[in-house]
Amino acid sequence: MAGNKAVANTAEPVVGKARHPVMEAVAMFFGNYAAVVALIVLLVIITGAVVGPIYYPTDPFEMVWAPFSPPGQEGFLLGTDYLGRDILAAILAGGRVSLAIGLAAAFMSVFIGITVGALAGFYRGWVEEILMRFTEFFQVLPTLLFSMVIVALFGASLPMITFAIGIVSWTAVARITRSEFLRIRELEYVTASRSGGATNFKLIFSVILPNALPPIIVQAALMVGSAILFEAGLSFLGLSDPNTMSWGQIIGSNRPYILDASYTVTIPGLAIFITVLAISLVGDGLNDALNPKLRRR
Amino acid sequence: MNKPILRVEDLTVTLTTRDGIAPVLDNVSFSLNAGESIGIVGESGCGKSMTALAIMGLLPQPVGNIASGRIWFGDEDMVAVSDARMREIRGNDISMIFQEPMTSLNPVYTIGEQIAEVLRRHQNMNRRQAMVRATELLDAVRVPDPARRVRDYPHQLSGGQRQRVMIAIALACEPRVLIADEPTTALDVTVQAQIFELLSDLQSNTGTAVIMITHDMGAIAEMSERMIVMYAGRKVEEGTVDDVLDNPRHPYTRGLIACVPHIQEVVTDQRQPLVEIEGIVPSLSEFGQNACLFASRCRHVTDQCLAARPPEAQVSLQHHAACWHAEKLS
Repeated sequence: MAGNKAVANTAEPVVGKARHPVMEAVAMFFGNYAAVVALIVLLVIITGAVVGPIYYPTDPFEMVWAPFSPPGQEGFLLGTDYLGRDILAAILAGGRVSLAIGLAAAFMSVFIGITVGALAGFYRGWVEEILMRFTEFFQVLPTLLFSMVIVALFGASLPMITFAIGIVSWTAVARITRSEFLRIRELEYVTASRSGGATNFKLIFSVILPNALPPIIVQAALMVGSAILFEAGLSFLGLSDPNTMSWGQIIGSNRPYILDASYTVTIPGLAIFITVLAISLVGDGLNDALNPKLRRR
Repeated sequence: MNKPILRVEDLTVTLTTRDGIAPVLDNVSFSLNAGESIGIVGESGCGKSMTALAIMGLLPQPVGNIASGRIWFGDEDMVAVSDARMREIRGNDISMIFQEPMTSLNPVYTIGEQIAEVLRRHQNMNRRQAMVRATELLDAVRVPDPARRVRDYPHQLSGGQRQRVMIAIALACEPRVLIADEPTTALDVTVQAQIFELLSDLQSNTGTAVIMITHDMGAIAEMSERMIVMYAGRKVEEGTVDDVLDNPRHPYTRGLIACVPHIQEVVTDQRQPLVEIEGIVPSLSEFGQNACLFASRCRHVTDQCLAARPPEAQVSLQHHAACWHAEKLS
């Protein structure tokens, strides 16, 4: 082979280089103002949840003042609840839990979904039959009911709530992953990799999966939002760990006083609303940025 | 030079379609000597690409299957070897370049990474060694400024450059056999010539045997020593390129040669009309009959052609044609 020819020793800076697809997606994302604003809001919320309890060390479970003190009066920014606990402290501490559950549950469903979808889409045949029937089994279960059963049976601890949310929401990821695999496995570069001697493991995880990721990333982002809502729903129904504060838990515990002191329910509700909206807008921005059909318009 | 490194014996490949099982390759035999260059020509759907995929063990699953026959690579029967051994052979001993350079490279990796990948898999190189070698290979396939180009992504290259990268990947491990499945079909004519020149240069440098699959008679004349003409899953004529082009004995080969358009030096009013072979390739369901499958399009057809599949008539030592009338057609 003529490889022993002198290799041009070019060290000069690269000029006129076409942009990397990732950079292009980033530029696309930052061109979407709603998504950028949402991202900033989301970063503020995350920062608040992470550092808030450090700078505002009031224990959210401690009774610090008279019950039902309205927001802004008597020294409590967001007021106190029916037991005289500081709602601001509860919101900050609850944010940690809500976001953590959202992320962990989304991670879990993405993990299960990618595994099931990738195996089904890659191997086809009886593997696909079994895995997709399994997926359909989970799809037809009423999700809220099923997760309530899990939490009721195995106890309302944080890991169990996360598990209960993750186990009912992976099916969408599995279907998306499978459909992407079905499309990509027929593309010529997969055959080309195979003709270069790649193993099935290599083909699944380093050839096809990276190309299938964009829609999965979008779905994962939206899933964080829906997991937070799901946790709030469970907490509202009383299926939450009474010893950990979360946004849903605040709403759930103040539910009887919704008419007398509506702010005790409205404030955590707004926190959930803003967070989920911000996550959805960011997910939408990611969708536009990562969807090749919308590019270069 | 005379010991074949690849020998295909009575290979029959079936495709399962909605209408039943059809033999897309029907008793095909040929051999390839070390360092030799052969060409396989034929219309679309005649089994050229299936031959390549069968050799590579990449028949579309689960519909494509080898029904009978042997593919000998050295002393190994590739129909029978394990999947693991097959993966060792692929890309290392036998490699392939594909028709569509625009879609044959993975868009999420740099071309350097993609060349290095094969080297790391088969040659046990570490990342650094493989990238150095990848740069050398890019230089060998005449991609300008290889040190910079290794870090480029496929979308930053033109079609011709991408096909050069594909060639670099295919030849990275210095395979003994290279299968080129219509390597220039998707490229400009000027780029085609460059790719052919590159392939024949690399072939003479490395001693790789090449199976060139194409529907372009000109490409065969340029690139190959021997040629095989295929029709409807069967080998209809085989011989040295000179023999077959000068003295075609199968009416289908004659038709193919007549179809090549001629460019006149001076354009006059008497332009030659383009010639075509009347009719179409039979559909898959008609494959595998005990008759000459070209009969419906053939001017020389007789009852004998419809009654039985023609055997291979020997025209000269290396020249065979599967036609009942091969003797008469000279």
